[in-house]
Amino acid sequence: MEVRVANVRKEFERFPALHDVSLDIKSGELIALLGPSGSGKTTLLRLIAGLERPTRGKIFFGEEDASQKSIQERNVGFVFQHYALFRHMTVADNIGFGLKVRHGPTRPPAQEIRRRASELLDLVQLSGLEKRYPAQLSGGQRQRVALARAMAIEPAVLLLDEPFGALDAQVRRELRRWLRDIHDATGHTTVFVTHDQEEALELADRVVVMSQGSIEQVGTADEIYDTPNSPFVYGFIGESSSLPVKVEDGQVWIADRPIGLSAPQAPQGEATLFFRPHDVELVDECNGCIAGTVAASRRVAGTRRVELEIGGERQRVEIELPVNHPASQKSRVAFRPGRWKLFPAA
Amino acid sequence: MTTAPAKAGWRFRQPSVIPGFGLTLGFSLAYLTLIILIPLSGLIWRSAALGWTDFWAIATDRRTINALEISFGTAFIAAAVNVVFGTIVAWVLVRYNFPGRRIVDAMVDLPFALPTAVAGIALTTLYAPNGWLGSLLAPLGIKVAYTPLGIVIALIFIGLPFVVRTVQPIMEEIDKEVEEVAATLGANRFQTIARVLLPGLAPAIVTGFALAFARGVGEYGSVIFIAGNLPYKSEIAPLLIVIRLEEYNYAAATAIAAIMLALSFVMLLVINLVQTWSRKRYG
Repeated sequence: MEVRVANVRKEFERFPALHDVSLDIKSGELIALLGPSGSGKTTLLRLIAGLERPTRGKIFFGEEDASQKSIQERNVGFVFQHYALFRHMTVADNIGFGLKVRHGPTRPPAQEIRRRASELLDLVQLSGLEKRYPAQLSGGQRQRVALARAMAIEPAVLLLDEPFGALDAQVRRELRRWLRDIHDATGHTTVFVTHDQEEALELADRVVVMSQGSIEQVGTADEIYDTPNSPFVYGFIGESSSLPVKVEDGQVWIADRPIGLSAPQAPQGEATLFFRPHDVELVDECNGCIAGTVAASRRVAGTRRVELEIGGERQRVEIELPVNHPASQKSRVAFRPGRWKLFPAA
Repeated sequence: MTTAPAKAGWRFRQPSVIPGFGLTLGFSLAYLTLIILIPLSGLIWRSAALGWTDFWAIATDRRTINALEISFGTAFIAAAVNVVFGTIVAWVLVRYNFPGRRIVDAMVDLPFALPTAVAGIALTTLYAPNGWLGSLLAPLGIKVAYTPLGIVIALIFIGLPFVVRTVQPIMEEIDKEVEEVAATLGANRFQTIARVLLPGLAPAIVTGFALAFARGVGEYGSVIFIAGNLPYKSEIAPLLIVIRLEEYNYAAATAIAAIMLALSFVMLLVINLVQTWSRKRYG
């Protein structure tokens, strides 16, 4: 189902956690809410679920205004980081809970509930564990049960709050791929919260980058990574290097030297230049480039990361070089960024 | 957490890294023997001096049976009432923040601290036919003081903190997320409490019940003031024991005590087994 968040503001005891957030989620989409702690991503998720009420603004499920509905009526599937399974119930009873608490004719007969539970267990690849108790399962298995329980009620939206946060790295990667498969198979509109950008970029159709209670950027993994629209997104997603520069006459300057980048659209004055450390081109002759002395050099996996001091103010930037590149032996390196972006200095 | 393999048969629990398993076990056994086993076996030995026929005569005496029925019956009812209201009190203390919460919290412990005779006298004064509450109930035909109902009320008073104090810490540990998940799955408040929260609290509630019940069975001080102590009607077993002692009939006193001991032990054992079973299940 389509979900529309319209100008939502949320305050906790006068302290604003979300400022005027709007977001359209298409039916069947897999969306990641990505941001550092305190960015409001979990608050937004809880607002969609109805676990919190917005101070202002509305949330629509399809055409209906869901902000007026109770949690029970919203029909959302919510999965917590720490699973929140019912300890005293078997796996099958956990999954069937949402159907058992229904009233009157909407409640399926017991046999149907049992059938549905084992069907979902098959889907989450835990066939045959109906009779186990949560204490007898591993973390990864518990999270799968939690997901099966959320899907049992055929939710309008599936909401996952850091679903893999409590699991170790390997299980995490495995479940990530598995969640993508499940999503493709069932087509539930899904929103998940994460602070792990790799998870967000790899898994989601679209990523919502949040910071300090606002949405910074919404886009596909490519859009977010290749064309970040704010210094925050540039700094938060992937590796980035930045330098204070000046824009004059459509050229970018560091101190008194143009660095060979033309920016005819950029406003005059102080600005910050952002680029990716791995996306640089080394040049031998420096007329119009960034040059610096090598301050440090570290081997990082398949590449070498070189820290340069630039100009009189000894600004430090990082660039990445192939391991055996001769430049890493030199004391002075000159380069030009491939893809770059300017943001006016704050 | 990893899955524990099913245990096969009986075996000693593996000693932990803390040394001295043999020493601590030996000390515990010696201590228990000295404090509990020797006095209790003395009791059994004393009553055994009576001979089987006499013992049986005392055990099947109408007055003994009635006293035991009253003791165990009233303790059971009082513990059951305490389970309901004690859980509600614990809920209020854990879940809500209100002015005076700390005072209410401290008040719960009063029955622990108060000399039980004081409680008995206070309750008798209140519930006597001419007391504050007794005079209100008398026109309705309800007689509290000097009846088994009075015993129940005294035992409710005595037993309340046992339930509250065992349930409260477990309730504090309830994960808010479990309730939230139940709500998103469509459960209303009542269903969440009945199907999700209470089953999780069950082991603690059973423990609270057991403690309140055991305390009620042995209670003497507060009950004898309010009970009226009419033989066959409102005479509790501990009082009957005291009466026999005052008659220098030590054998009869110890016989009744031995019966009480056996009954209490069996009941507590059953409650303990229920506990172990539920712990094993819910981990």
